[in-house]
Amino acid sequence: MLAAVFVLAAVAVGTVPAAAALLSARWPYRSPAAAILLWQALGLSWGLAAVGALAGLGALAGLGARPGGWGVAGGALTGAAGAARAAVLGSGPAMLAAIARLVFLAAAAVLLARLCWVLLAASAAVLLARRRHRALLRLLAHGDPKVPGALVVDSPAAAAYCVPGLRSAIVVSAGTLDLLDAAELAAVLAHERAHLRERHDLVLLPFSALNRALPRCRLVRQVHGSVALLVEMLADDRALRHRTARELATALIRVGASSAGPAPSGALAAAQAPDGETAARVARLLAPAPPLPAATLALICSAAALLVAVPAGLLLLPW
Amino acid sequence: MRRLGELERAIMDVLWESTEPLTVRQVGERLTDRELAHTTVMTVLDRLAKKGFARRERDGRAWRYCAAADRETYVTELMLHALDQTGDRSAALASFARSVSDAEAQVLRRALESLGEIDRG
Repeated sequence: MLAAVFVLAAVAVGTVPAAAALLSARWPYRSPAAAILLWQALGLSWGLAAVGALAGLGALAGLGARPGGWGVAGGALTGAAGAARAAVLGSGPAMLAAIARLVFLAAAAVLLARLCWVLLAASAAVLLARRRHRALLRLLAHGDPKVPGALVVDSPAAAAYCVPGLRSAIVVSAGTLDLLDAAELAAVLAHERAHLRERHDLVLLPFSALNRALPRCRLVRQVHGSVALLVEMLADDRALRHRTARELATALIRVGASSAGPAPSGALAAAQAPDGETAARVARLLAPAPPLPAATLALICSAAALLVAVPAGLLLLPW
Repeated sequence: MRRLGELERAIMDVLWESTEPLTVRQVGERLTDRELAHTTVMTVLDRLAKKGFARRERDGRAWRYCAAADRETYVTELMLHALDQTGDRSAALASFARSVSDAEAQVLRRALESLGEIDRG
């Protein structure tokens, strides 16, 4: 039990420098899908390990957790019952130890509940925002033969985006129609269709949920920004299956540069993506680096699997 | 459902074009391209009012309806949301290219110019 708790704590603490290292790595631009997988594994691993370590500490003094129980999770549950009894019935040091255990167990429960709640709240907010957006689109948007399958909103601002979901939509502003030629528009549509087809919004949701919950945490904000950029790069790569890099790059440049504005100040500036995001995508399209070799990709996938399997195993498997 | 959506849109168009609040009958009369039952128009107006897109006020025995905000206001709301001006990338929408700063825009414009030179060269 002690070893398991130690490993869980080490994983929970270790994911932080690992995230910092992945943030400054250059290879993710070469294989965004592998990098996204690793980010997901890191996030899930941190959550499991942090909850598990707290629960394990609570179970440690562990009275009920005999070998053969169901991992740290089982130990924590049996430990909770024992500790509650000792806290009420015991006296002196035994009672203090029991109270300490209950505090750890409560912390584990609160963290787990908080993480679940944050994800639910973010999902609900996203669904509501999309519902409002779709209702407005129904009243305002119309089709256009220049962009088959997409909706057009009559606004001079250059905007192109998708509304993910079961009733998904790709939306292009009239300003974008004027700005781009037919080939560039097709590249934009291919990019947005990739987002919708592969449900990139669901990939991003946990990270944006955590970012909402911890708005002042710099690491979380940077991770969120990094995953968001990788998702865009992934959609760029998918679009290249149908369109040329050149078309996509010029579309990006035109749309990005046309919506330029003065850099926002204060809190808003901090909330914005780092400068150079669009430029990084353009540079990647015009001068592509080769994707990572298959052996490296296999290594990354194994690392991702291990990152999740170790804390999940310690939590749940009997030992 | 789809038909209802189209009706809502046609009726909002009528409200947006009108300079004064309209009764259900007046709205029905202005939907020239279709024959609609009075109750249908009333139902759709009621739905629009519930969603907050239309406002209604008592005028004697009848209700008069008007748009809660003009078309441009809603277009602006759509675009603000789409261009992510709130700075909070919420995963609700996915924008093709986010708004960039002036400095980055300059870099991008230079990149576009150099691409043009390659074309001509």
